[in-house]
Amino acid sequence: MNKLKVFAVLCLMSAAAYAGGYRVSTQSNKQLAMGHTGVAVVNSADVLFFNPAGLVHLESKLNVSAGGFGVFSDVKYQNESTGAFAETDSPVGTPFYVYASYAVSDSFAVGLGVYTPYGSTVTWPTDWEGSHLVNEIELQAIFIQPTISYQIFENVSLGVGATIAIGSVDFNRNASRSLTDEQGDRANVAISDSGVTGYGWNAGIMFTPNENLTIGFNYRSLIDIESTEGEATFSNFPNSPLAPSNGVQGFEATLPLPAEATLGVGYETGKWLFAFDYNRAFWSEYEDLDIIFENGTESINPREYKDASSYRLGVQYTATDALTLRAGYYFDESPVKSGLFAPETPRNDSNAYTFGLSYAFSPRWAIDASFLYVRFKQVTESYNAYADPGASPSPFSGTYKSRALVPGIGITYTM
Amino acid sequence: MKNNFKYLALFAAAAVFVSCENEFEDSVTDGDLYTNGTADFSKYVSVGNSLTSGYADNALYLEGQQNSFPNIMAQQFELVGGGEFNQPLVNDNLGGLLLNGNQILPNRFVLAVGANGSPGPARIGGTPTTEITNKVTGPLNNYGVPGARVFHLGAPGYGSAAGIASGTANPYFARFSSSESSTVIDDAAAANGTFFTLWIGNNDILGYATSGGSGVDNNQTGQTNPAMQGDNSITNNNTFAGVYAALVAKMTANGAKGALINIPDVTSIPYFTTIPANPIPLDATTAAGVNMAYAQYNGGLRAAEAGQLITTAERIARTINFTEGANFVVITDVDLTNLSALGLPNIRQTTAADLITLPTRALLGTLADPSNPSSVRGVGVPLANSNVLTVTEQTRVSAAQDSYNATIAAIAQSNGLALVDAKTALGGLSTGGVAFNGGILTSTFATGGAFSLDGVHPTPRGYAFTANTVLQTINAFYGSTVPKVEIGNYKTIQPSNNVAQ
Repeated sequence: MNKLKVFAVLCLMSAAAYAGGYRVSTQSNKQLAMGHTGVAVVNSADVLFFNPAGLVHLESKLNVSAGGFGVFSDVKYQNESTGAFAETDSPVGTPFYVYASYAVSDSFAVGLGVYTPYGSTVTWPTDWEGSHLVNEIELQAIFIQPTISYQIFENVSLGVGATIAIGSVDFNRNASRSLTDEQGDRANVAISDSGVTGYGWNAGIMFTPNENLTIGFNYRSLIDIESTEGEATFSNFPNSPLAPSNGVQGFEATLPLPAEATLGVGYETGKWLFAFDYNRAFWSEYEDLDIIFENGTESINPREYKDASSYRLGVQYTATDALTLRAGYYFDESPVKSGLFAPETPRNDSNAYTFGLSYAFSPRWAIDASFLYVRFKQVTESYNAYADPGASPSPFSGTYKSRALVPGIGITYTM
Repeated sequence: MKNNFKYLALFAAAAVFVSCENEFEDSVTDGDLYTNGTADFSKYVSVGNSLTSGYADNALYLEGQQNSFPNIMAQQFELVGGGEFNQPLVNDNLGGLLLNGNQILPNRFVLAVGANGSPGPARIGGTPTTEITNKVTGPLNNYGVPGARVFHLGAPGYGSAAGIASGTANPYFARFSSSESSTVIDDAAAANGTFFTLWIGNNDILGYATSGGSGVDNNQTGQTNPAMQGDNSITNNNTFAGVYAALVAKMTANGAKGALINIPDVTSIPYFTTIPANPIPLDATTAAGVNMAYAQYNGGLRAAEAGQLITTAERIARTINFTEGANFVVITDVDLTNLSALGLPNIRQTTAADLITLPTRALLGTLADPSNPSSVRGVGVPLANSNVLTVTEQTRVSAAQDSYNATIAAIAQSNGLALVDAKTALGGLSTGGVAFNGGILTSTFATGGAFSLDGVHPTPRGYAFTANTVLQTINAFYGSTVPKVEIGNYKTIQPSNNVAQ
């Protein structure tokens, strides 16, 4: 009976999230289970991502944690006025993280993190209704972050890190709504690049007025992924001077990984820890996705994202010496403006529910598990900035329904 | 430890989320949104001519068939209980036909850019692979036969491969006829559809029109025997009415519902509207020289008028006069008064109301006699009767069209079938065009989007527009809510320089 109730309650939670755009908030199993809060929480080496100022507060000399997730996402599209429908068949995304910190002294710590804060993999059926906007997209960025943390005053610590981003992109879409070769195969353009590096920085401050309360602030800078050495492959164009030639050529494009700032509080009392984070992502940097091909032609794709906030709540309960339970919730605002809703990142505002646990097998080893459920509210939207070559704009509209299931598992080691 | 397991069990319940379906509140695929009204779309059968088959670019090729208006509609019918829709697909996208290994019909047109840099229709290169004698087997839903006139649908032997050479049979129907003696309408009726469309009658005026009125108007001759109504003739109105009623009777014998589609104007298609009636530019000196050459003919006309052989109006209409600038062309008009006794040919200059056919473009300005520089076609040498559909001929075409459409409307009414006014809908393409998401669809040759490179048959986008027109009428008549398609997703003409050398 109880199990049934749990089932029912879980199913009824109709509200839905990740984070907006192509940001994927899965940088820690422990913190994801708490709604991905963490700017004012010192649990493990994971704090290197959330707030580098927290590293110095870790009790152990050496802290290592690592983990990964499986992102199972599913997007459905339909257009009620035409009866068109499609569903994504995206491969499972696998964000991961590895953090290590070392306490040089009581007031100074160093650390290194490797994690994947940005990524998006959306695979629509080839030649589907919106194939002129996207057939398939796969974005990934791996961040490497060396970090130092210093206790500057009794109540205040600082942290700063450099970030090296290594990005890759694969983007495939049809050349227009209807152009084909002589066999009726849709003309297609695919761009691909990998190993693109960009640099940024991040800094945090942590204020602990008393042993129960922690206040944290963290800022991560913009990193532009500027692709200049990739390949654009034109295929299925007809043999005609009126159409581009088939083959491979170079291209240039820039994808911004926007800056974000987070302010949060953590409050610990007895076996309970509560956390709240406010996060602002400066997505307005993402004005358009312009692809300039070597032959001089260009593909101009307005995005005009807006800055977006998310609000995160998390709670942790130390149930036994070995077992720690966590749960959380967040509301995530979409950076996408109405009328520029492109099916490559078909996400609207979302609510997310998270939970998880840690189980310590020994004083040194613990296993962390988390689960994130994101179910986006059904949304009817359009992308109005598309026009076939030489034609008037043709808005691509429809209703989208998305969800994502993200189970994760990790391991923590302290010495 | 026991507690720990309990918590672990709760965590495992996360898997439950997987069982929560990611579903729309109202899904297009689950029957939440659309209804079939009083019609039953479970088995749709289409009957007609090239326009039903998906013929385009002067050939029947695979992509054209896949974008035939019945196939587009059938995909929409799937949302309201429609079943699969089978067509007698050809083998390739070249479109030519083989009979016993010999190519008897040419490949399709594509838009090729010539050596001079200007694009125009040319036939795609390659050897076609569709052999007529390889019969299509299996159930069919689309009984569109390119070239068929109304009485062909009921003609035994129209699908006999043996009759192709002698012209009594149709190569397209021969590919899928159920027997050597079967008729199109009997095969279509045997498919036992629950819903049908019938669009026939276009070729009953089209052949006359595209041949510039070379054939006979059987309404003038009173000929009612189909066997005597040859190529390029206008089918007798009474013949049409009788045969059409019999066709509908066969399709409705099992109680099937359906839609009858009327005949659009043939004179507003790009085949007739692309070449202006005054395509010949001349300078003043040349014009004066040409007029000298016609002075004798013009003088003869005045004599004929004085002798009351022709009216003043005809004398004026026939008088040849070239001027500096764009000039109307000299044509042969068999409807003029025969003045051969005076040694005067039946020629005149075109007026703005005459329609020069699209293939004539290749002739205009060329020399009829390469060694004679004054034999320019349309100037020194008149265009043939077959190059121009004159106003008189247009009147015969539209009179027959009006009669056919009255017949179709009356039979739709008496049988309780939907009547699709294709005449009005397609007419909109030539009078300002039809707006769609991404542009305006017009009948302008090559660039308008609606018509393929033969200037007569629609492009896939034109067929999608046709499908929407038919669906709209069906929805209104049967109370169904079958959604229309996004016509901007359907292609227009195919650019390609893969052309025969």
